[in-house]
Amino acid sequence: MSLQVSELRVHYRTLKGEVRALDGMSFELADGEILGLVGESGCGKSTLGKSLIRMDGRMHHVGGRVVLDGRELPIADDRKMNDFRFREVSLIPQYAMSALNPTRKIRRMVTELLRSRGTTVDAAELERRMNQVGLPREVLDRYPIELSGGMKQRMVMVISTLLDPSLLIADEVTSALDVSTQKAVARALLGFRDSGYVKSMIFVTHDLALTHHIADTIMVMYAGKLAEKASADVIVKAPRHPYTRLLLDSLPEVGVRYAERRLEGIAGSPPSLLDPPKGCRFRDRCPLAGDECAEEPPVVEIAPAHHVACWKA
Amino acid sequence: MMLRLQDVTKEFRIGAFGGKSVTAVRSVSFDVVPGEVVSLIGESGSGKSTIGRLILGLNPATSGSITFDGRPARAGKEYYRHVQGIFQDPFSSFNPVFKADRVFTMIKESYYPAVPEPEWAGRVRASLRDVRLNPDQVLGKYPHQLSGGQLQRLLIARALLLDIKLLVADEITSMLDASTRIDVLNLLAELKTRGLGVLYITHDLSLGNYLAERTVVLRKGGVVEMGPTDAVFGDPLHPYTRELLSAVPRLHEEWVDPAPVDSCLYHARGASGGLLEAEPGHFVACAQLESC
Ligand SMILES: Nc1ncnc2c1ncn2[C@@H]1O[C@H](COP(=O)(O)OP(=O)(O)OP(=O)(O)O)[C@@H](O)[C@H]1O
Ligand SMILES: Nc1ncnc2c1ncn2[C@@H]1O[C@H](COP(=O)(O)OP(=O)(O)OP(=O)(O)O)[C@@H](O)[C@H]1O
Ligand code: SF4
Ligand SMILES: [Mg+2]
Ligand SMILES: [Mg+2]
Repeated sequence: MSLQVSELRVHYRTLKGEVRALDGMSFELADGEILGLVGESGCGKSTLGKSLIRMDGRMHHVGGRVVLDGRELPIADDRKMNDFRFREVSLIPQYAMSALNPTRKIRRMVTELLRSRGTTVDAAELERRMNQVGLPREVLDRYPIELSGGMKQRMVMVISTLLDPSLLIADEVTSALDVSTQKAVARALLGFRDSGYVKSMIFVTHDLALTHHIADTIMVMYAGKLAEKASADVIVKAPRHPYTRLLLDSLPEVGVRYAERRLEGIAGSPPSLLDPPKGCRFRDRCPLAGDECAEEPPVVEIAPAHHVACWKA
Repeated sequence: MMLRLQDVTKEFRIGAFGGKSVTAVRSVSFDVVPGEVVSLIGESGSGKSTIGRLILGLNPATSGSITFDGRPARAGKEYYRHVQGIFQDPFSSFNPVFKADRVFTMIKESYYPAVPEPEWAGRVRASLRDVRLNPDQVLGKYPHQLSGGQLQRLLIARALLLDIKLLVADEITSMLDASTRIDVLNLLAELKTRGLGVLYITHDLSLGNYLAERTVVLRKGGVVEMGPTDAVFGDPLHPYTRELLSAVPRLHEEWVDPAPVDSCLYHARGASGGLLEAEPGHFVACAQLESC
């Protein structure tokens, strides 16, 4: 068992109060598994990623544990986490393209980063991995501003995995890429796993079709909580949570046009995480909501490895 | 005609002494008319964002002309009253030191100083709701306190506060979940019926197809195919367009690699120089992908 997250609660402190961005998340990730993480914008996906690697000043660990390869991650202790970053857990942040230092050429940046981790660059290996994501070696001699959004994104991907972390969290890494590069990068990520550069992966994305292609399991979050988790096929073909179903219904496949058939998003908006309502958080928007939904639905394993938090699943 | 690009080329000098150069955009010509969405698709590094920046006057073109309502496109307050851009990386549009909603105040200060405060606040809230944001959840927060998709929508809301005629939208929906994305697209479609022109830069072909009247396919800085969206998607003429279409991840199908194309329509029809108009309004470049 590679990653176990239990009852994880991480909040942001703000002047108005606590934003409960992760409000009791539990899940597991096996060795070699790729977990796709989807959910409405603002539901806590990036917060989950950041919690496993570096909490920013306003985040705080309210409860729960994270165990990686049998060792507890000291997620609340920024200094102790240094031993784990890059080597055990690595994050490719959302908007990684703006995370690059603009004053350094890529080669120098890689060298400095590795030096700060006490190792040196294996140039051949670096180029081999760049090649795997379709980047020519000339990119090393450029400044970030001289690269397109997608090129920077792929460069960060290579850098983040150079030290072969056990767990890689990829936050929206393919969102900025055209479909053919996306396909290449998705295959490269699978390759990273198959070549053992990374053991397991959390792949955060809004693209359900793409996740379905590369993830073994898909986890759907809603408003800081787990809504549903199952094998990728089950989520796509036989989802049980009303939110998952509506999300799948709002996907445009190639061929659907506004002028001919208007797709609809899910009416309403998610609850504020500052003071989330009691009971099921999807209640206001759920077509199936009933009286029992005033009580919070527990996460139940309704079939082997299929977890759902809904009274009516 | 609202926006017209004619033979636009952009070269960047790179390296410490500007010794080398890359041609990011190569003789690109197309128009956007009022009430029309034109989607610009193409691989990473093909020059899409560069075209967006040229239109917004953020970089000068090396050669060619860009006109808006007949006048050269030039950065400035008047131009930005009608033309707005939203970029790929929303964080870069916010100053981390200030609250995110300062972007609205700045619009008011430059363009609507006479509007009374309460009325302005009402407009801001309405605009936020249009992009499916709950005003109480996002107003008064710093950029780092908002998620990527929330920031992106804040910028869309800002652009909508102005009486714009043209919106350059660079991958604005890529960080939004499927449901919010559809809401934003439907909103753009509605604005389109009121006369807004949109250059919709996207890598998501199904979204481009959903919304756009016309599609321009870019590769290595040059246009390889353009025309009405249903023609480009329904009957793609260029091998690169076919490759793109085959790479679209579909929910219930595996990826298939496209069959290679062995004949070049462009040469078969004896075309030379520029694009071949294969059928009315549907243009294609040589399949060799290199200039010929
Ligand atoms: N530093 C912060 N202070 C206060 N609230 C925050 C902070 N960072 C994030 N939030 C809030 O926490 C919630 C979760 O944010 P998070 O970035 O994890 O969302 P996300 O699921 O990654 O969204 P997206 O898909 O848009 O990237 C959001 O409602 C956001 O507004
Ligand atoms: N300021 C710059 N200086 C030098 N080269 C640049 C600059 N901006 C862009 N380029 C180069 O121009 C080309 C086109 O970049 P652009 O950002 O327009 O691509 P894009 O189509 O938007 O790609 P993506 O889909 O990855 O965002 C790339 O090769 C890039 O390296
Ligand atoms: S618990 Fe009730 S409100 Fe929540 S998703 Fe299920 S049916 Fe809907
Ligand atoms: Mg995020
Ligand atoms: Mg770009």
